[in-house]
Amino acid sequence: MKKHITEAEPIGDDDTLGAALRRQGVSRRSFLKFCAATASMMALPPSMVPAIAKALERAKRPSVIWLSFQECTGCTESLTRAHTATVESLIFDSISLDYHHTLQAAAGHAAEEAREAAMRENFGKYLLVIDGSIPVGNPGYSTIAGISNLDMLLETAKGAAAIIPVGTCAAYGGIPQADPNPTGAASVADLITDKPIINVPGCPPIPVVITGVLTHFLTFGTLPELDQLGRPKAFYGQSIHDRCYRRPFYDKGQFAETFDDEGARKGWCLYKLGCKGPTSYNACATTKWNGGTSFPIESGHPCLGCSEPKFWDGGSFYKALSIPTTEVARDALYAGAAAIAVGSALGMKNRASSKQAKAEHQKVSVDDLNKED
Amino acid sequence: MVTAPFPQFNIQNGDDLTRNVRPLLYEIRHALQDLLETGESRVVDLRSIPLAPGEEEKLINLLGCGEVVVKLEALGLSEIYETQYPGVWLVTHFNTDSSIIGRFVEITLIPEILKAQQEDMKDSLLQLDEALLSGDDREVV
Amino acid sequence: MTEIEFLSWVRGPGFQIASVIFVFGVIVRLFEILMLGRKANLAEANGSEMSGGVRTIFSRMAPESDTFKRSRFTIVVGYIFHIGLFIVIFLFAPHILLITEVTGVGWSALPTPIVDMAAVITMIALAAVLLHRVKDPVMQYLARMEDYLVWLVTFLPMVTGYLAFHRMGLPAPSLLALHILSIELLMVLFPFTKLMHAFTFILSRWYNGAIAGYKGVRS
Repeated sequence: MKKHITEAEPIGDDDTLGAALRRQGVSRRSFLKFCAATASMMALPPSMVPAIAKALERAKRPSVIWLSFQECTGCTESLTRAHTATVESLIFDSISLDYHHTLQAAAGHAAEEAREAAMRENFGKYLLVIDGSIPVGNPGYSTIAGISNLDMLLETAKGAAAIIPVGTCAAYGGIPQADPNPTGAASVADLITDKPIINVPGCPPIPVVITGVLTHFLTFGTLPELDQLGRPKAFYGQSIHDRCYRRPFYDKGQFAETFDDEGARKGWCLYKLGCKGPTSYNACATTKWNGGTSFPIESGHPCLGCSEPKFWDGGSFYKALSIPTTEVARDALYAGAAAIAVGSALGMKNRASSKQAKAEHQKVSVDDLNKED
Repeated sequence: MVTAPFPQFNIQNGDDLTRNVRPLLYEIRHALQDLLETGESRVVDLRSIPLAPGEEEKLINLLGCGEVVVKLEALGLSEIYETQYPGVWLVTHFNTDSSIIGRFVEITLIPEILKAQQEDMKDSLLQLDEALLSGDDREVV
Repeated sequence: MTEIEFLSWVRGPGFQIASVIFVFGVIVRLFEILMLGRKANLAEANGSEMSGGVRTIFSRMAPESDTFKRSRFTIVVGYIFHIGLFIVIFLFAPHILLITEVTGVGWSALPTPIVDMAAVITMIALAAVLLHRVKDPVMQYLARMEDYLVWLVTFLPMVTGYLAFHRMGLPAPSLLALHILSIELLMVLFPFTKLMHAFTFILSRWYNGAIAGYKGVRS
């Protein structure tokens, strides 16, 4: 990472998380408990706890700028309902959330000034969190303080240490980008290529996954290992299907056929009802939602595959993965009708040519052959 | 026929859907053997393993409860007890809203978090000195 | 193109294109064959064309004893992989869902472990027939490139389907997409190769049976 900042303000010990916690009177024992919960949240093995404790002790307060573009605020709602309240509050006490439309007290010019000040003071060091996609078709579709989303993204991205697109809209375009994509919505990675990007997709993402990624950066100051779609492998490394407790029913071929049949009541596999679990990568099946209470499949609804690109355009949510997404039956019917016509025409032509061949056929007698000598 | 007002998920504790309970018990057994032979502790994070509804309860029931039960007040409650198998502990961390933020099976002599920590002891030494210096003890006695 | 976009393409436009080519090709070829017609037989009929034709369609399912002695391997292994293909294609739950969606007709599936076993046996049988084709001098003399191509496009969906079900090797969306793509390849090549025998065996057997039936003899 480039060092843009001149050491104008030396960062003292007071700026580390360890110091901040001691100031709050948090005991070492409480801190260890916090680290154990954090390791679990970051999907790291418990053996990492000492390393996490050591790193968190020394972690510095990062500045975070959160920009909301074409979004529904569902991601922010998800984050603010993160269930490990204590852990989150500790993390949020230790980060400096300098700009967030929905959560900040400042409004109007003061709000924009807060963003500009944070960018200036922490240039090259702040984390940029984005939720929502960016309209590039016509920038007028979404503006903040008269600045188009695209301009604000490009400007704010310049000084970011890393960018974390939160939610499927920011990560892959999501619902705004769904066919016919009226605003020309683009994802962050479509527009920015020269910064490290950690995608945290989901509609919304699991709260502890959002905080887990922030914590990883806070703890280790590095990017987590990413998959080919730019998602941290710790949370998106395994498919819903592979971690699903209903998997044994799939393997046996026991499926719910409708939402209220015997199979549905017995908690059988939801593949036939359109479950996208086999092709979706997320942590729902183990981390679960609402304080580890449940996740969609556990409550009897198929997975929509919301953490995958184009999940809104992947055919019906209630049709199985093996079913094509286009009107195959109609097209096949047309093709069949055309084929009957073409086949008949070809048949007629063949008949005509064989008839003609027969008509032109000339018999050769022995005399004719002898003549040639 | 009376239909239930909402779907009844008929998943029983004994169904053992993911078949992960037994392997977990084996893992605990091996960890216990390691602890005996090499003194090495191990921690199993129950959240990192897919478990069907009822399976975690099943595992906890199988492990049972032993002689030591500890309650910890540290950023919310923590429940720590030794299972009926000495050396195998169940550690459950709650946050201040009383929801579970982590649940671990620890195979160790005593869970790390129960031990007094260096930093905390240093602080307590200072506080004790302060108390002695200020003469608070005499008033109490 | 990400793997999810690849999967979307094969589940959408890819499958559409393949289906259109498949349906169009098969029907055109069947019509061409049906419209060839036959020369009117001027001899007096000694039996029924229809009963002879229909009977032969089924009677040829059982191999003649002499033929069986001569090509025991081809017949036994051929039967194994054809039955296996039938089970895997038509009795696996996700495949039935697809057929029901497109045609409106559906039936119940076999338990998945049985289909899984059938798939393994089918793949072994397919490997055996390939080996036989390569080793046997007569088969080698008869074999053309097309025969190997037909074998390949039959084998690929089996292997990719097996891998996709067991989720081995690649990320799941890629596996599923490759499986669907391999079937699309099969569907596109189907009408223009020997794979057409899946339909034309009925016609050829019927003609053979009908000719014999007209003469009043068994075929």
